[in-house]
Amino acid sequence: MKDFDLIQSEPFILLLTIGAYYLGTIIHRRFNHPLTNPLLIAISTLIPLLLALDIDYPTYEKGSHAISLLLSPTVVALGYALHMQIRHLKGNVKRVLLAITAGSIVSVLSVVAVCFVMDTPHLLMVSMEPKSVTMPIALGITERMGGLAPLTAITVFTCGIFGNIVGPWFLKSIGVTSPIAQGLALGAASHGVGTARAMQLGQLQGAIAGMAIGLMGVWTAVVVPLVEYFIS
Amino acid sequence: MKGILIILGILSLGELISWLTGGFVPGNIFGMVIMFLALQSKLIKEDSVSSVCTILTKNMALMFLPAGVGLMAAYELIAENWISIVLNITVTTLIVMAVVGLIVEKHKKEDNKQ
Repeated sequence: MKDFDLIQSEPFILLLTIGAYYLGTIIHRRFNHPLTNPLLIAISTLIPLLLALDIDYPTYEKGSHAISLLLSPTVVALGYALHMQIRHLKGNVKRVLLAITAGSIVSVLSVVAVCFVMDTPHLLMVSMEPKSVTMPIALGITERMGGLAPLTAITVFTCGIFGNIVGPWFLKSIGVTSPIAQGLALGAASHGVGTARAMQLGQLQGAIAGMAIGLMGVWTAVVVPLVEYFIS
Repeated sequence: MKGILIILGILSLGELISWLTGGFVPGNIFGMVIMFLALQSKLIKEDSVSSVCTILTKNMALMFLPAGVGLMAAYELIAENWISIVLNITVTTLIVMAVVGLIVEKHKKEDNKQ
């Protein structure tokens, strides 16, 4: 009989992954705070668990591949979400498109600027360029540009949390008070996690923020390769 | 079932367009735009994709978990550059928020004057 190692097997890794995520959703439902984000809980449960069980990352990556495969169809599904939300725009199409275009360009260029000042390696810079974009799109951009997916994941995630917590206060302090401007800014800078906060400000803010996610994603997917082309 | 077929069909088409255009933009982004346009033009009915799309987008966070766990492999590189990473997250997020918020806010005021 061949050796069988249950712990390193694909079904067991899937079990661990989905189990950790399920635990995260339960805790999140209980406390409902941005810091009890299911993903954050799942990551901080899984990493020590994998280390304890002696599962290395290449093995884990292979075992959890089935889950990562769902990312691409999910990006396509975001087209449906965008379709459902775009009706909230009404007469604001032009200024919203202008704001998102400027937003995605500034988002990528500001990362380039900070990395230039801080003398950060190019690999890290590419990985952080899509940081204001929703995770499935950001991971797609990083993969295409040869960036580090884990770094993209952590920056996208923390940008969301940061915008969620600081966003409403910051917008108010610079005089952004209209619901459309607030929603769009939160969704554009902090994707889904910012949208959750925008929904607390009001339904219109939430819907507009949700729409900003899709637009920002498409625009940034175009801006990142362009910027990389010009600076290389 | 039909919804899954539609998504996979659109995704394949998106991958094809991505390949034809030199691969700068990922195929799933083209797929997202195609899905949006097909729904807007009523080429695809909302009902036929709504349940699959809702399941996928509702449980999106699970799919980021493998990448997030990758932190355990990329830990050193991130630890060495943590100041730059923190600056990138905080400063640039506020800049994007200010640019987007102020553009919409300012244009709104112009409209009110008219």
